[in-house]
Amino acid sequence: MLLEIDNVTLAYGRIQALHGISLTVGEGEVVALIGANGAGKSTTMRAISGLRPVSQGTIKFDGQDITKLRADLRVIRGVSQSPEGRGIFPGMTVRENLEMGAYTRRNRTEINEDLQRAFTLFPRLKEREKQTGGTLSGGEQQMLAVGRALMSRPKLLLLDEPSMGLAPMLIQQIFDIIVEINQQGTTVLLVEQNAQQALSRAHRAYVLETGRIVKEGTGRELLNDPAVKDAYLGVA
Amino acid sequence: MSEKASFRSNGGVRGWYGRQPAWVQWIVIAIALVLAFLLPYAGDIPLIGPQIVTEGIDWPSALFNMSYYVLLALGLNVVVGYAGLLDLGYVGFFAVGAYGTALLTSPDSVLYADTGWKWLMAVPVALALTMVAGLILGWPTLRLRGDYLAIVTLGFAEIIRIFATSTTTLRGDRGFASIPHPPGTWNGEPIFGVTDAVPYFWLGLVVIILVILGVRNLDRSRVGRSWLAIREDEEAAEIMGVRTIKYKLWAFAIGAFIGGLGGVLFAGEQGFINSQTFVLQFSILVLAGVVMGGSGNMAGAILGGALISYIPDRLRGISLGDTDLYEYRFALFGLVIIIIMVLRPQGLIPSRRRAMELKDREKEVAPQ
Repeated sequence: MLLEIDNVTLAYGRIQALHGISLTVGEGEVVALIGANGAGKSTTMRAISGLRPVSQGTIKFDGQDITKLRADLRVIRGVSQSPEGRGIFPGMTVRENLEMGAYTRRNRTEINEDLQRAFTLFPRLKEREKQTGGTLSGGEQQMLAVGRALMSRPKLLLLDEPSMGLAPMLIQQIFDIIVEINQQGTTVLLVEQNAQQALSRAHRAYVLETGRIVKEGTGRELLNDPAVKDAYLGVA
Repeated sequence: MSEKASFRSNGGVRGWYGRQPAWVQWIVIAIALVLAFLLPYAGDIPLIGPQIVTEGIDWPSALFNMSYYVLLALGLNVVVGYAGLLDLGYVGFFAVGAYGTALLTSPDSVLYADTGWKWLMAVPVALALTMVAGLILGWPTLRLRGDYLAIVTLGFAEIIRIFATSTTTLRGDRGFASIPHPPGTWNGEPIFGVTDAVPYFWLGLVVIILVILGVRNLDRSRVGRSWLAIREDEEAAEIMGVRTIKYKLWAFAIGAFIGGLGGVLFAGEQGFINSQTFVLQFSILVLAGVVMGGSGNMAGAILGGALISYIPDRLRGISLGDTDLYEYRFALFGLVIIIIMVLRPQGLIPSRRRAMELKDREKEVAPQ
């Protein structure tokens, strides 16, 4: 297993956000985490990337315990996050944003290769190369956030709501790209409100409710689960 | 270079400058430097000269005041403008630099008999002291963000001032007298005397130039890139692998160092300091200068720093009715700041990145 989360609890002050979550992500998988607003999806992501310390439980990455590891060192180990609400650097150009993604790396030739790869995945970013992040449209910012997260050559890519606020056509496109990234060898853990898309593209998925995992299964299983259908897919 | 191209405007002075070949740029810099060093003689220019120079305070002294305010603005600009950390207690570092010098050199100091330090020998120690003060303040507080950090720094400056007021070693109001001037003689006379402030201004100018070069190099390095990322989005910076606490501490320590430089120069020129010198207003004034000039841009910080010192000094000696306009300095000053903030919220010489960030934040506050 590339990522093993075992019984993790996390609190913001007195508010308990995660009540003992366990999940695994295997090498080469696309795993989706779905749930309503406030279910703890983003909190789980923040626990994995090290932005929030966990209160209890362990997080193992690549066989090693990273529960107490600093966020910047997790990036070096191979965890990379595309944050919720994009979190791009508005005053940096598209290219500078992407280079920021390669912050922990030194090899210039490899970085340039990956820059080209990002531009191939997202031709739109190439056109906007010298524009500042703040001038991009919502969809372009999302692409930039994903492209930037790839620049660290992660083993595990954490995508927090990559489809948020995007037009339906763009949602299709961004999920196509996620699948493509996965096929090129990157493991993906995906947090989504768009359960339909997420479940149909992911190998496996977990359903999160108020800080607890209430269901897990393959994407297909959950897609056909009556309770999931009822709660997250908006079909009767 | 091409990555930065989109940041250059095509219009205005900066646009023109950016398009010139390197040798023209060097000539422009050289001319600007010569003019800066000739500033003490600005009063000799026919017609406009007398308008520029101050009346209630001799012009070279006003220039020296401007020089240490510019230094402070440059230092605070690293903290606020580059790293995006709101520091409301910057005067604390200025105070540590000045007190460090005084403690080591003034005959009033308890340390005096042991060392008899001359000003120049005290400088590195005083500066090291300010950097340590920066680290001591930064280490526990830089985990705080935004408003919380601002309040803690505010407290820090007050602690320093009150400590200086109430401890016998730091002598409170009585202060330290006879702090030696910088060394050096010319034709048998000391260069840094009591009556002529011109050499002090020149010394200040040299220090400013060194600081500009140093900060510019840092800004263009990995450190500058890390500051930029932290300022624009601290969390995003962290998940890019930036060790944010380390670079925030760096910004604090460097800011403290430059503030300390200001204090050392100040003590060396004045020859006397006491706890009254380091009031809170001072921090606010310097911050106002940085924001007014253009936070995140050294040219802006320099202009802002110079203005906050120049405007009040220029008002001295001009009477309105039977009061000196100087008495109204804070009212007039507030007015100037309000006008600038309404018309140019990004500052007089804005950083283009900052302007972009500002726009982005407006969107966040008021989504369409």
